[in-house]
Amino acid sequence: MWLKDSSIGRKLVMSITGTFLVLFLLFHGSMNLCLVIDDIFGTSAYNWICSMLGANWYAVIGTLILALAVVVHFAYAIVLTVQNRRARGNDRYAVEARQEGVDWASKNMLALGIIVLGFLVLHLYNFWFKMQFAELTGIETSMFDPQDGSAIVKALFTDGWCGIVYCLLYIVWLCALWFHLSHGVWSAMQTMGLSNNKWLPRIKVIGTVVATLTVGLFMVVILYFLGVNIGQMCA
Amino acid sequence: MSNTEDLFAAAKEVAGKVKDTVQAVKEAVQEATETVLEVKEAVQQETAKQANIITPKMAKIPEGPLEKKWTNYKDHQKLVNPANKRRLDVIVVGTGLAGASAAATLAELGFNVLNFCIQDSPRRAHSIAAQGGINAAKNYQNDGDSVYRLYYDTIKGGDYRAREANVYRLAEVSNNIIDQCVAQGVPFAREYGGLLDNRSFGGAQVSRTFYAKGQTGQQLLLGAYSALSRQIGKGKVKMYNRHEMLDIVMIKDENGEERARGIIARNLVTGRIERFFAHAVVVASGGYGNTFFLSTNAMASNGSAAMQMYRHGAYFANPCYAQIHPTCIPKHGDFQSKLTLMSESLRNDGRIWVPKKLEDAKRLQKGEIKGRDIPEEDRDYYLERRYPAFGNLVPRDVASRAAKERCDAGYGVNNTGLAVFLDFSEAIQRLGKDVVAQKYGNLFQMYEKIVDENPYENPMMIFPAIHYTMGGIWVDYELQTSVKGLFCIGEANFSDHGANRLGASALMQGLADGYFVLPYTIQNYLADQIGVARMSTDRPEFDAAEKAVQDKIDRLMKIQGKRSVDSIHKELGLIMWDFVGMGRTAESLKKAVEKINALKKEFWSNVYIPGKADSLNNELEKALRLADFLEIGKLMAIDALNREESCGGHFREEYQTEEGEALRQDDKFSYVACWKYMGEDKDPVLIKEPLDYEFTERKTRNYKS
Amino acid sequence: MDQYIDIKVRVWRQAGPKAQGHFETYELKHVFQGASFLEMIDILNEQLIAEHKDPIAFDHDCREGICGMCSMYVNGHPHGPDSAITTCQLHMRKFHDGETITVEPWRSRAFPVIKDLMVDRQAYDKIMQAGGFVSVNTGGVPDANAIPIPKPIADEAMDAASCIGCGACAAACKNGSAMLFVAAKVSQLNLLPQGKAEKHQRAKAMLQKMDELGFGNCTNTGACAAECPKQVSLTHIARLNRDFIGAKFCD
Repeated sequence: MWLKDSSIGRKLVMSITGTFLVLFLLFHGSMNLCLVIDDIFGTSAYNWICSMLGANWYAVIGTLILALAVVVHFAYAIVLTVQNRRARGNDRYAVEARQEGVDWASKNMLALGIIVLGFLVLHLYNFWFKMQFAELTGIETSMFDPQDGSAIVKALFTDGWCGIVYCLLYIVWLCALWFHLSHGVWSAMQTMGLSNNKWLPRIKVIGTVVATLTVGLFMVVILYFLGVNIGQMCA
Repeated sequence: MSNTEDLFAAAKEVAGKVKDTVQAVKEAVQEATETVLEVKEAVQQETAKQANIITPKMAKIPEGPLEKKWTNYKDHQKLVNPANKRRLDVIVVGTGLAGASAAATLAELGFNVLNFCIQDSPRRAHSIAAQGGINAAKNYQNDGDSVYRLYYDTIKGGDYRAREANVYRLAEVSNNIIDQCVAQGVPFAREYGGLLDNRSFGGAQVSRTFYAKGQTGQQLLLGAYSALSRQIGKGKVKMYNRHEMLDIVMIKDENGEERARGIIARNLVTGRIERFFAHAVVVASGGYGNTFFLSTNAMASNGSAAMQMYRHGAYFANPCYAQIHPTCIPKHGDFQSKLTLMSESLRNDGRIWVPKKLEDAKRLQKGEIKGRDIPEEDRDYYLERRYPAFGNLVPRDVASRAAKERCDAGYGVNNTGLAVFLDFSEAIQRLGKDVVAQKYGNLFQMYEKIVDENPYENPMMIFPAIHYTMGGIWVDYELQTSVKGLFCIGEANFSDHGANRLGASALMQGLADGYFVLPYTIQNYLADQIGVARMSTDRPEFDAAEKAVQDKIDRLMKIQGKRSVDSIHKELGLIMWDFVGMGRTAESLKKAVEKINALKKEFWSNVYIPGKADSLNNELEKALRLADFLEIGKLMAIDALNREESCGGHFREEYQTEEGEALRQDDKFSYVACWKYMGEDKDPVLIKEPLDYEFTERKTRNYKS
Repeated sequence: MDQYIDIKVRVWRQAGPKAQGHFETYELKHVFQGASFLEMIDILNEQLIAEHKDPIAFDHDCREGICGMCSMYVNGHPHGPDSAITTCQLHMRKFHDGETITVEPWRSRAFPVIKDLMVDRQAYDKIMQAGGFVSVNTGGVPDANAIPIPKPIADEAMDAASCIGCGACAAACKNGSAMLFVAAKVSQLNLLPQGKAEKHQRAKAMLQKMDELGFGNCTNTGACAAECPKQVSLTHIARLNRDFIGAKFCD
């Protein structure tokens, strides 16, 4: 199977799963924006979306596909890195200088990916475990109603000092994510062959825009609650 | 009635008998005439041989008018059928344009090919460094080009010292080369309409040069390399990288005649001496310009393969013809390892000059002023002054000598006093910096990297350097040397360039030999070899050859003297440049022979080679090559001494016109000087191949008006 | 203005493919900055020979930046700290008085060290043998002008074809990938009408050979293009990807 046995095939799997995850993040980020809107205007759009994504069959299938994408993306990343390290040979360079035009992120994708993944676990524990998981299994995982996602989020980020720490952690996470995507997005397009002399600079711009947009959506929510939290603490 | 009838019948019978007799007599006479002719011919050949003359017949030049010779040859030559091709092995030494194209084509035809190169990959051969382009008589520009015109320009450019039939064949197949290269995916420069572009080059009035940026040699070589790679992949060519041929193995056939049947090569990585058999050996090992130590040749380019052929009886032809290229970056120190060439195309827009005043030159040499500080009226554009008609675009030999003349007179413009200016300020004013950058940008960048000076602001400095050797191993029309079964192609043979090669013709010759000439002509030889079975390399001839090589290596390794190989090579280079360089005299040449003899002694008694012979040993490789360079240097001097005339790349100061131009002596020296090896430290014997120009009228080259 | 400088050269010495390598530092006095880097190594070797020591083995040939033979990793860069050049075109004016210069061989599993700074790059030849050609025999080809090729296409093919096969791309790549080399050749031939007939076959065969020889997977870091002495563009890699994926979908 060429998707497993050829280098371009493996890279194609990385780029397709990656692209899928970016699209999900864009959706997730847009959804999160509702939290802020709800909080300001007193609406409940976020909880409405949560209810759509609870224990419904399509949400479950969606979640499974998503999980599969994460697993495949990560597993391939490990395989690729192991192969690449082996290809490098046993002797390492004694001196390695910075190469002009080479992004720092592009050489540290695995490290960035692991940071992102680590926080993902935390994130799943913080929210998914209390929401979809609770809903599906019926186990009580928190003091909140699994349907009331909005309350769960607010509770975490506006919890005084603890909230500040979480906000900061999430900001670190988002930074890592930004770096990961700043290379990942254009790299995926390049791997799929969507590049030429005219488009190479363009897809790099597209990559940065997508990364910034994705991370920006999440960041707005975090910063908003950070502000709210600090406001509450000062008051 | 019956009587008359009888009589009539009898008469008829008699008449018939008479007729038969007459016929018989006629036949006998014809036979006798033929025999006489044959005897005469044989006597002629024998006399020629005795007189050390090579006749056209011995050179296997086909009969007929010039334009029919190659066709005639191909129509009547012997071929080898496919089944037999599989049974025949051919060794090709070298993977430059000639070697790679020959190896690939022979393998495509079905022969088993063993291909050798000294670099780590066949793609590195020095053909790769050719910049300008390749000539062909396509006449795509509709400017009046033709096969004849390309032939004529080449003959004239070579100062009428090349063989007519060979040059015509070269011009004939030039068009096929372009077709072949395009089909291989060589990205030649194109016009907006999608058709091939041409540029003009020195020595021609038409635009017939095809090019791929400033990297034509690279692209053509990669084309040949890709064809070769395809055959290696198919298993038809067995490639031996990092292998250097150290001797040719000769084996006697059933008639007692010696034939080249294999080679001894040294594996440069392991140091092991290895043996290889083949039915024929083709050598495409390039030129011997590195005899001068400093040249535009690659560091590993050498003349050792040629010398091995020479020692086995192949004639070395015209060794004194070496081309000196006028636009090289000047030498900057004693540590210098090689000289860098800048394309001849620079002379299209650049103007060459030195200061008019000696004191300006002195200040330039001290570094007190720069070229741009000298006002227009104090500049001497000496080429435009001496050659108003051609100006800066005179042929290479003329431009080089003129530069040397000015520098000898003390007008040199850098610290060594050995440089002249190549100035683009006028072109920049006329065309704008952008246009100049577009045309020559990559060359300017290269100059700036090496010299650290911006050529847009200050004139570039250039000086002539050894670039190409027209001389080489003598070959007949079939490209076979005077040794049976030993062929020589590309720059390594004495080639089609006469005494001087035109720009963009080296690539043409290399590929013509490899793609379109040798694969035909070698079959004429191999057709007679189909009955020869593959021989074991355990034969005594191989043993002896290997032992000779091993002995030579041991002898070198045992010297353990005080001097490094390079230090001796540099000394040889200086001798060559000073005494066998651009301007030669009988006196300087005699001195050169003397000095080289002394240096040879020094080398064989005082060279130091570190390390072991049976492992990777760069110094040993260099020493083996230098041992041969010393011989070639001497041979060049001997040949130059013999040739009492000035022609092309060979300039004897005694033979010049009043204006200082080359003076040919057609009545005395219209021949190829072939040197036959007579043994170590014995003088070689001169054998002449007269060049009787049947089809072309000889003229004096004139670039003044 | 070029000066004379004193330097230290820290060179990787390795007696053979299986031997243990190590760094050795040599002092070199009074080196002219106008000398090329390889001339500096020549001077060092002359010094070593004078001391009856083994000179440093290194690959070099044309010394004008086109044969692709020279291959040194100088101060953390393949071909040293200057752009768009090979080691032989690097000059000592890029270094200052008193500097210690570290010189290493290409390091990649597919380029095993032969001795000192000399590596075996036959892997590149093998990739070429797998499909880096147009399957056409000598003779019997159409006239050179029979198929017009638009100038932009010819120019782009030329840019790809300017690759010198030196191995700097794989040496610079943290993944030890030879994608830029493979892509340059595939791109050159697949762009031209003469090479189009075998487009899919070529992309598959050359990539398969590259993978087989132990080169790594390309992750588009761009280090190859950044260090390429001939500035071959990353976009050729995109074209290879495109042609390869297309070929696989056509199977």
